Amino acid sequence: MTTSIKNLPDTEQVLSGNGACGGCPATMALRIVGKALGPNAIMLLTPSCSVASMGMTPKLGYNWPGLNICFATAGSSASGVIHALEVMKEKGRLPGELPTVFSWVGDGGTYDIGFQSLSAAAERNDNIIHFCYNNEAYSNTGVQRSGATPRGSFTTTTPTGKSQPKKNMALLMLEHNIPYVATATVAYPGDLYDKVVKAKNTPGMKYIEILAPCYLGWQFDMADTVQMSRMAVRSGAWLLWEAENGNISFNNPTAPIINGKKDAAPVEEYLMKQGRFNRLLKGSDAQQRIAEIQGDIDREIAFMRERAKISI
Amino acid sequence: MKAAAQVIMDTGAHAAALAVKSARVDVVPGYPITPQTAIMEALAAMVENGELHARFIPVEGEHSAMAAAVAASAAGARVFTATSANGLLYMHEVLHMASGGRLPVVMCNVNRGIFAPWTLWADHQDSFAQRDTGWIQYHCSSNQEVFNTILQAFRVAEQINIPIMVNFDGFAISHCLMPLTLPPQEDIDRFLPPFEPEWRLDPAHPSSFSNVTMAAEYATFRQMLADDILAAIPLVKQAAREYQEITGMWDGDTIDTYRLEDAEVVALAVNSMAAELRLSVDILRQQGIKAGLLRPRLVVPFPSEDIIQVLPRNAQVMVLDRNYNYGHPGGILAQELKGALFGRRNDITVKNRVMGIGGIDLPRRLMADEIRAMMEE
Repeated sequence: MTTSIKNLPDTEQVLSGNGACGGCPATMALRIVGKALGPNAIMLLTPSCSVASMGMTPKLGYNWPGLNICFATAGSSASGVIHALEVMKEKGRLPGELPTVFSWVGDGGTYDIGFQSLSAAAERNDNIIHFCYNNEAYSNTGVQRSGATPRGSFTTTTPTGKSQPKKNMALLMLEHNIPYVATATVAYPGDLYDKVVKAKNTPGMKYIEILAPCYLGWQFDMADTVQMSRMAVRSGAWLLWEAENGNISFNNPTAPIINGKKDAAPVEEYLMKQGRFNRLLKGSDAQQRIAEIQGDIDREIAFMRERAKISI
Repeated sequence: MKAAAQVIMDTGAHAAALAVKSARVDVVPGYPITPQTAIMEALAAMVENGELHARFIPVEGEHSAMAAAVAASAAGARVFTATSANGLLYMHEVLHMASGGRLPVVMCNVNRGIFAPWTLWADHQDSFAQRDTGWIQYHCSSNQEVFNTILQAFRVAEQINIPIMVNFDGFAISHCLMPLTLPPQEDIDRFLPPFEPEWRLDPAHPSSFSNVTMAAEYATFRQMLADDILAAIPLVKQAAREYQEITGMWDGDTIDTYRLEDAEVVALAVNSMAAELRLSVDILRQQGIKAGLLRPRLVVPFPSEDIIQVLPRNAQVMVLDRNYNYGHPGGILAQELKGALFGRRNDITVKNRVMGIGGIDLPRRLMADEIRAMMEE
């Protein structure tokens, strides 16, 4: 059973008064993550919205020690911290319980510039959690395309719409044979909470990717963050799944879509709510563009359905 | 009974690994690059066979090696890594994080010429290209000095919270056997106490580290780093002196000199070529030229005051640079020296040659001949 939002712990690791935008999904997600991790954790941050909004030196709006690191280094930096803590513990220089070491990184720091060091940390199976809060663009620098930007989306560097589909980053992480991989999004906080608790209690490398609909980049009303997150899942544009030791299972409401028990909602409604798509869907080629985007979604659903059948 | 020093034959690279082991480091991120690889291989083996209680992190590149090093240091560990040439350049961004973050990482850079085109052999463009990263830089001229300097570097770095790069030449030092004296571990432990950071990543004390600053704070951090790099000079001297008191070994402190007192012609160079230059000095002396040697061990901070003090009156200083100072004629050491002397020692003449680029051999007679030719200019 998924934990109900009513039963989440009272612990608040995201302190009030930070500089995030109204309706910021990254901050919402981090709040849920904090409830699952508790205070005994060390946070690493690459340049991103969560750094821009965390407060100024020496304070921070997150109630953990936070290490700001170079953009490309989430994987290797988190490895450095956990190895230091583990060896200091072995040598009797670290009292108390070993803290959880986690990186809180955007899609740019995960899919693009941070991919190499993250891949290496996963291959080493270092005992860390990498969170990717994925707003599908470089929102912090004013919305440029990333490897996570879906086809057809406007960004300031794809003014006529991105012509390539996004990567399936969570699947790429799964193929590193790490013990835990999960996807989540802010409309399903209990699902996210449960996944973070599982990751916290699993030794080795963990990867959790959280779809984070960004009103600024996606161009919707900032009150609609959770609704956009829900529509992404219901349309199949975002799939909720987890893999424990390589075995994939799908979570609701993705599971019935994958199993063919329920059709995904048509993507058009989801797209037309977002300025990043609908501004490009006014011409005579609109139906073709929508069909391309739908094709990418259908392909991912079909691929993940088949991939999940492989369990070793 | 007190343990005696042990004398072995060893390469410079392995001597470095032995020093790191003696320093009881906690974390060693490593990535292979010629000619540094032998250090990482030795340390990985020491960790695997239990000789060294540390973590070896086999990272996927030097940028990650330095990232893991600074993060482990921020977590409170004593950290070492090593690199060469393009590996050092690849670290460039993260070198600034180590110094700006005031993390006392110690790293060996085994000097090698940099790409393009490829070369495997020694020159000093790699370390000199990192002059302005806020790292303290030693340059060493023998295997023994490499061993001794790594221990001194840990001590100074942890006293002043600035990372230190210990440089020595690829192959001439890293791969050549020389006698190496290993002081008893108890003496090393006396010289280098355990690392007790003033601050570390600790969930009991949540605070941000290297977070965004306003201009005035940023400028203050930068000024403190600039001031503290200069303030390292007395600490470098103290470390050399106390290391000598405990082990009996001396390589110089900020500088090393040879037959300098009455010299009229002074050769100035760093690293292995400076060891060979002692023999060039002897040749010149036999030829009736009053020659001497001045070898900076520190390149950052540049030991200006010590050089100003020791240079004999009216000396001609022949700077032999194994690097280019692009945009100026000659090399970077000569430029640094002129900057130090200007307005302070107007009696000194500075002449400059770039030599030994890409590992071109620098035998004693060739350098003696070159210095004689420079005297005619």
